[in-house]
Amino acid sequence: MKRPRVLIVDDSSVMRKIIERSLRQAGLDLGEVVEAGNGIEALSAIRGGVFDLILSDINMPGMDGIEFLRQLVTLEEGKGIPVVMVTTEGSETRVVEALSIGAKGYIRKPFTPDQIKERVSPLLEVMR
Amino acid sequence: MNPALDSKTQNSVRPDATWEAMLECAVKEVFQIMLQSELTTITKTAEEVSTGDTTAMVGLAGSLCGVMSIRCSSQTAESVAGRMLGSVGAVNPSEVPDALAEICNMVAGNFKSKITRLADSCMLSVPTVIRGEDYEMVTIADGDQIVVCVDYEHAPIWATLAVHS
Repeated sequence: MKRPRVLIVDDSSVMRKIIERSLRQAGLDLGEVVEAGNGIEALSAIRGGVFDLILSDINMPGMDGIEFLRQLVTLEEGKGIPVVMVTTEGSETRVVEALSIGAKGYIRKPFTPDQIKERVSPLLEVMR
Repeated sequence: MNPALDSKTQNSVRPDATWEAMLECAVKEVFQIMLQSELTTITKTAEEVSTGDTTAMVGLAGSLCGVMSIRCSSQTAESVAGRMLGSVGAVNPSEVPDALAEICNMVAGNFKSKITRLADSCMLSVPTVIRGEDYEMVTIADGDQIVVCVDYEHAPIWATLAVHS
């Protein structure tokens, strides 16, 4: 069975590591995990490879998560990749905006591995 | 116009007596969830000021304008980074400010989400971290300041919300 290839987008390298560790602690059998520091780097990564899941922060310098999502849905390579927003953003407006563009869900920071699993597992099940 | 900034003109939010407890709760929750660390509150007198050579700050704009900061010693910041990353040995020094910045970001976001009037009308900036041997945090704004001090492994961590009037 193919193991999912995951893209983690966050301007904090510490948070990217924590998200990856949480995914693995949650018992998810991941393939390669690729990191990007903002939306621009993430779009570049997507043009260069296939991903099964994207976890993205919203508030990032350079290109934020909302703009990244907007551009992602216009890319042929981005079509069908589930995106989950991982954010400190308490604003319903920003989250609703992300969901309306195409995000499949969101996780609020701080989070536990179980909360990540709850959001991500159903999305990875679909690809099996 | 940005909805958060638009709402500022319509509905400016001011601190009330519950905010100190909300901030304390926000700090404790972040450390409990991300570091599995139970913090206790340290009671400080009004004259005592925050100390420590590492400060992370996040700006707030919209219906509430101000700065949320987390201040501690570099040793404490290193310990926080280590626990966040689940490191056994020494932490990469470049990850220490990043970790404290994320803590501050999460405290600000968690605090904001506890105050219904703020959730949708106040935005957070990208964090900034200051490090140095000898500096004093001075708030130019004449607004309220809410200060919480907690004990993390026998060392103080200061959380301050400086509100611009």
